[in-house]
Amino acid sequence: MTTRYFGKPIKRNEDPRLLTGQALFVDDVHLPDMLHVAFVRSDLAHARIRRIDTAAARERPGVVAVYTAEDLGDYWRPGPLLVPPPPVKDIVFHQRTQVPLAKDKVRHAGEAVAMVVAESRYIAEDAAEEIFVEYEPLPGVVDLEEALQPDAPRVHEDLESNLAAHVIQEKGSYATAREQADVVISRRFVYDRGTAAAMENRGIVAHWDFKSQHLTVWDTTQAPIPIRNGLAAMLGLSEHQVRVIAPFIGGGFGPKIMMFYPEEMLLPWVSMQLKRPVKWIEDREENFYATTQERGQIHQAEMALTQDGRILGVKDVFLHDTGAYDPYGLTVPINSQCTLLGCYDVPNYYSEFRVVFTNKPIVTPYRGAGRQHGVFVMERLLDLAARELGLDRAEIRRRNFIPPDKFPYNNQIIYQDFAPLVYDSGNYEPALDKALELIDYQRFIQEEQPRLRAEGRKVGLGIVTYVEGTGIGPYEGARVTVEASGKVSVATGIGTQGQGHFTSFAQLVAEQLGVDVGDIFLVTGDTDQFYWGAGTFASRGAVVAGNAIHAGAQAVRRKILKMASEELEVAEEDLELVDGTVRVKGVPDSAIKLGELAVKANPLRGAVKPDAEPGLEATAYFGPERGATASGVHAMILEIDPETMLVEIQKYVVVHDCGKVINPLILEGQIQGGVAQGIGNAFYEQLFFSENGTLLNASFMDYLLPTATDVPAIISDHLETPSPLNPLGVKGAGEAGAIPVGPLFAQAVEDALDIPGLEIREIPLSPNRLFELIRGERTEREADHG
Amino acid sequence: MNEHIAVTVTVNGQEYTRQVEPRMLLSDFLRHELDLTGTHVGCEHGVCGACTILLNGEPVRSCLLFAVQVQGQAITTVEGLASGPDPEDLHPLQQGFWEAHGLQCGFCTPGFLMTLVPFLEENPDPTEAEIREALSGNLCRCTGYQKIVEAVQLAAEKMRG
Ligand code: FES
Ligand code: FES
Repeated sequence: MTTRYFGKPIKRNEDPRLLTGQALFVDDVHLPDMLHVAFVRSDLAHARIRRIDTAAARERPGVVAVYTAEDLGDYWRPGPLLVPPPPVKDIVFHQRTQVPLAKDKVRHAGEAVAMVVAESRYIAEDAAEEIFVEYEPLPGVVDLEEALQPDAPRVHEDLESNLAAHVIQEKGSYATAREQADVVISRRFVYDRGTAAAMENRGIVAHWDFKSQHLTVWDTTQAPIPIRNGLAAMLGLSEHQVRVIAPFIGGGFGPKIMMFYPEEMLLPWVSMQLKRPVKWIEDREENFYATTQERGQIHQAEMALTQDGRILGVKDVFLHDTGAYDPYGLTVPINSQCTLLGCYDVPNYYSEFRVVFTNKPIVTPYRGAGRQHGVFVMERLLDLAARELGLDRAEIRRRNFIPPDKFPYNNQIIYQDFAPLVYDSGNYEPALDKALELIDYQRFIQEEQPRLRAEGRKVGLGIVTYVEGTGIGPYEGARVTVEASGKVSVATGIGTQGQGHFTSFAQLVAEQLGVDVGDIFLVTGDTDQFYWGAGTFASRGAVVAGNAIHAGAQAVRRKILKMASEELEVAEEDLELVDGTVRVKGVPDSAIKLGELAVKANPLRGAVKPDAEPGLEATAYFGPERGATASGVHAMILEIDPETMLVEIQKYVVVHDCGKVINPLILEGQIQGGVAQGIGNAFYEQLFFSENGTLLNASFMDYLLPTATDVPAIISDHLETPSPLNPLGVKGAGEAGAIPVGPLFAQAVEDALDIPGLEIREIPLSPNRLFELIRGERTEREADHG
Repeated sequence: MNEHIAVTVTVNGQEYTRQVEPRMLLSDFLRHELDLTGTHVGCEHGVCGACTILLNGEPVRSCLLFAVQVQGQAITTVEGLASGPDPEDLHPLQQGFWEAHGLQCGFCTPGFLMTLVPFLEENPDPTEAEIREALSGNLCRCTGYQKIVEAVQLAAEKMRG
């Protein structure tokens, strides 16, 4: 019997390096003669730049160069559009992408205005403080709804308004559904801004080697290959003259795939200008302004239902805040639009959104990437409908699930990958049942909660479902090589930020080649090792790169079997790959080591067959026809301290279905980490902007991330509904943990407080906000504008 | 600000002397002067704990100290935890983290390890609540902490033998 590697909780190959401090992160790159960069950033969110005085800075000893937009000459141009708008009918989209350094005016606090290059970071920062920028402050656009008022100041004056995009997608006829409905639930929902706060800030080291005419860039990016391609184009170099390395990355979560950040455009250029290596490492405060953020939507939504709780239709009209620019196109609001329908069979859907420019940091996907907003609206509408109809909240969900025989299920709208939103597979009821059982639903609502309530305690339960579109195209590739040592190397283009790819991908190869996982060496995120690819986003690593690696390993396996059958003069069917050897089944003595075979496959003298490819190596690509839809159910029980409004989570259950699982240990880690971020987003983290658009809490003292005492232990269980869209049957799992936590909190908090008429229709919450809601305070945030 | 002062420290048993500006942070000193880049910097304002090292055996945040303040003292960084280059040489805590999947991106990990070494020495059989309390000064954005808790439990077991 050959050893199985797929599906095993194998500990990670990459860990010894990380545990001993040997793993290379961008800020660990030290090069001789390296210069350091600091940026001057605007304190104001919206202002005209009158004058920049750099004289004092230029004179400071140790300063090598200072640049403003003027000094960039022809190199100054807005960044590229990362994702074009999808082919939806009558779509409006105004492209306004970020600039390397602000010229004429600044559009958000933290926008870079000047750049200092010096012999040390300390000197660069001193000099940056000596640069004087004279601004003419302009009124800021902060509130989403006010942004679209006719007299609102404009973020981009060449546009008629702050409207960045307008999209309508429709399935069936909501108007007809509404006429037939027994009940219509209509509400306003608000989801406010947060930040990814990866523990590692961004950073770039660029090294133009003048003599070899070659540029090497170390970048905290999730997409090294597109960065290489873009840099080559911007700098007028061949792609072969540019090498981009994304080494170990200290957490990505989406914002590390902005493409191009101003600093990413500038550092390589500066290195070419000065012919010296240059380094810039973002500090935490900069990260709060200069790294992209997410969330910030206001929905006016309604649901039409029959008396027995069947959904006839949903209508949702929302505003999405893109910040000062929109380089990532419409990915986030399209995700909200397309994830809202969730696990439910909704015959009629009308969804309309407007994207608005504001004087706030740029919005691009952050774990969940807009999906949580859709899930929040849908799940809350269902809760409100259940209450109105006197139905159990689990039952109303069950009644509306897409039945298992309806897959593939076509939602008849266009998804972020420009393909129709078709769910590949799913089986939602067993997941719900499992979650109800694990949270002990009936006992809690029938015995536990009444008993505790009688004691005056505020305990509540939440249970919500979600889907997650994962593993979208276009494609990834991989090269698998058996080396003379018998070890196997695997090269792929995506970057990795802690997802355990070094191990899960090795497992796929081990499964095919019978080589121990520890003997498989994965190279990822180095454009010199693998040329083609798109990057790590949308929970696609395991699905898209995973299947490419699987295909590459299968091809190498075929080569091994063919060669060995000739060498050993036996039929291929009689061979097996075990312990790094290929051998005749049941005859261990007949084995050839894979390393020996690799040497034979690459002779240095003598003749080979015509068309023979050297080596035991294969390159393969995988591009799914469309994304795979994962799903799940989260449930929790929490208690609220009525004195402090602090929340204690007593039990948290996740039942998740992401198809086949490569490594359950890694999957659990992804889910637990996602839930922790979701909890932060739901109850701890909120970016507060002043009315002028400056950020009031740009530090870890004021922006609270959940700690080990805030995040509970999570009980999880998995169902496996394989995806028919890829040979491994996998679906992505990277974002699932974070997606449904908002509506889960809202439902559980409402249930715990048990105050008639109190509805929670916003995220994030906080103890303070709960007090306000209980007192019935109508604040700016929840007031109905017009 | 450009005058330099000599600083001599013992790091992981080895003595180093460097000329530094008085304002140089200890975290920068370790990382960029001594090239001990295992100590990470996540906030530079004392909250995240990624830069935690042992100063004379006590966990401290190296971003809150200047290099000149540790003149003549002894420091242990994450590079000094394992007794050798092989997996068997890993400190029980490192092994616990490896086995329990207590790290994902690994950026926060050195800070957690250095916080936990003295914790387990003082408290060889901690409860889960005590472990969570001990971890609560360090931020991790990837793991959700549960597997870190399990890693500490495993390590404690190993260290008790
Ligand atoms: S870097 Fe020192 S505590 Fe965050
Ligand atoms: S493992 Fe990434 S921050 Fe902790």
